[in-house]
Amino acid sequence: MGFKNAPMTTVKPVEGKENLFSPEVRAEIDSWIAKYPEQWRQSAVMAALRIVQDANGGYLTEALMDQVAAYLDMPAIAVYEVATFYSMYELKPVGRHKVCVCTNVSCMVNGSDKIVDHMEQKLGIKLGETTEDGRYTLKEVECLGACGGAPMFQIGTKYYENLTPELVDSILDGLE
Amino acid sequence: MANEVCLRNNDLERPWLLEQYQSRGGYEQLKRILAGEITPAQVIDEVKAANLRGRGGAGFPTGMKWSFISREAPGQKYVVCNSDEGEPGTFKDRDILRYNPHQLIEGMIIAGYAIGATRGYNYIRGEFWEPYMRFQGAIDEAREAGLLGENILGSGFDFDLHVHLGGGAYVCGEETALLESIEGKKGQPRFKPPFPAHFGLYGRPTIINNTESLCSIPVIIEKGGKWFSEIGVANSGGSKLFSISGNINKPGVYEIPMGTPFAELLEMAGGMRDGRKCKAVIPGGSSSPVIPGEQMLDLTMDYDSIQGAGSMLGSGAVIVMDDTNCMVRVLERMSYFYYEESCGQCTPCREGTGWLYRVVSRIENGQGRPEDLELLEDVTRKIAGRTICALGDAAAMPVQGMLKHFRDEFEYHIEHKRCKVGA
Ligand SMILES: Cc1cc2nc3c(=O)[nH]c(=O)nc-3n(C[C@H](O)[C@H](O)[C@H](O)COP(=O)(O)O)c2cc1C
Ligand code: FES
Repeated sequence: MGFKNAPMTTVKPVEGKENLFSPEVRAEIDSWIAKYPEQWRQSAVMAALRIVQDANGGYLTEALMDQVAAYLDMPAIAVYEVATFYSMYELKPVGRHKVCVCTNVSCMVNGSDKIVDHMEQKLGIKLGETTEDGRYTLKEVECLGACGGAPMFQIGTKYYENLTPELVDSILDGLE
Repeated sequence: MANEVCLRNNDLERPWLLEQYQSRGGYEQLKRILAGEITPAQVIDEVKAANLRGRGGAGFPTGMKWSFISREAPGQKYVVCNSDEGEPGTFKDRDILRYNPHQLIEGMIIAGYAIGATRGYNYIRGEFWEPYMRFQGAIDEAREAGLLGENILGSGFDFDLHVHLGGGAYVCGEETALLESIEGKKGQPRFKPPFPAHFGLYGRPTIINNTESLCSIPVIIEKGGKWFSEIGVANSGGSKLFSISGNINKPGVYEIPMGTPFAELLEMAGGMRDGRKCKAVIPGGSSSPVIPGEQMLDLTMDYDSIQGAGSMLGSGAVIVMDDTNCMVRVLERMSYFYYEESCGQCTPCREGTGWLYRVVSRIENGQGRPEDLELLEDVTRKIAGRTICALGDAAAMPVQGMLKHFRDEFEYHIEHKRCKVGA
């Protein structure tokens, strides 16, 4: 193993990992740790951040990131680097439903602007904002690999394709 | 001659199930190989004979890539599948994961056997939750059936396979950034050499291939490299998945022989919407330079033909645009993408993509200056070829393509402070 490539586990493993997170969250993170070589717990950092974020209503806090670092024997800075690099992690509170709308080329030439305008008007917020009641966040994203169904957006784990303003209404109104 | 390889089971009702895949001879090639009927060297020879070029975008010959790893070298080796599918316009690997996951698994095990690797990872972009669940379901089924894990089918060969989910970063589709990402780091590409074949995942010899490349392997072994090669044309073996989208009637994924005329593909995809004129086509994902519609209608879909027209077949993502689209606006959106997605490691890319976006944006917004087009060209020259990975080139090429073919629209914007198309 070369110098550049050694795990960044320069920290001394913390005691009492069983006090971090809930048992369910721990079990889920452990199932990801098991996929990687033993000395590479840090490979599970992306999964751990996602799991912890989901359990925390959709966003990460510094305290949570520190706990992930402790759990995976990583320096906190290495976890912050990952959490700030990837676009699916949220470092500020988001609405109960995060609407990730694609505006890349295929969606754009199929009218994603109209979809964005419609949602901004309907919800009274701009892209990047959250409604006051905390129900919806609008987020602009890059191509989600579903251009055949353009225009499209993702809410939670689900893709919604071939959107029209009417369809958007029925989707958004159908969420709690 | 459509749907012969990766989508060949799409006519089945639930082709993603093991039992359905096996009803079409699934895992039979793996069995033959493990029984010793075909040696690892023969596997690699078939893949070479197939003339299969990597479907992720760069088109590197797959058989040659595999032969860089010595099967006898001691220690852990890895097979990594690239299902990051981030190149704008591309949506084919998603269909493989959803509809033919077992063929991909079989391809990955065969690849592992050929190079002596006992572990594989499939890097699936984090947004693809449903395709991930499908693929994970297939892994579980295969493991249950003794097709994955230790001592596969009593052969003594071990191979296990896991998914790594991405977190939303285009650059992680670049192979070395992807490896960094699996290692739990931010996805910044590594300097090459050393190449992954020598220093890959966790510093070990690794082959990394696109989903479509690996999914083609079982069919190549079954029907022979020659059969596969002959589906296509010289220099472009086989059939290929094309993700076609834009202003057309039936966007979707079409698997057709390499060398098929673009006009035929467009017809399969239902032709232009509302009978409008095909103004411009991005032939291989947003990183490939645009080609004017008229010229495109005379080209065939293979590496040499598209390259001859000054562009690239790339990932086979065809974005078709009609005459209502303003090319300045399209380029503004594309340039924003590269600016947003640059990982920031190399100065020419980090700074240059910002320059490209800001200058195109001011032209689009009526504040362009006469010297801006030369400025743009100058910036592209200062990015291309001067960065660790090809994201820099990917940002530069679409700008060069647009200025070459649609310069008049940019000039009109600068001179009249408004759009020629009226968009
Ligand atoms: C910025 C960038 C993004 C890339 N994205 C992808 C991708 O999403 N999927 C992919 O298979 N290859 C992608 N590639 C190409 C990979 O680096 C690599 O060449 C490919 O996975 C090798 O597999 P192949 O030989 O089977 O094509 C990308 C390259 C660059 C420079
Ligand atoms: S451009 Fe919107 S999903 Fe690809």
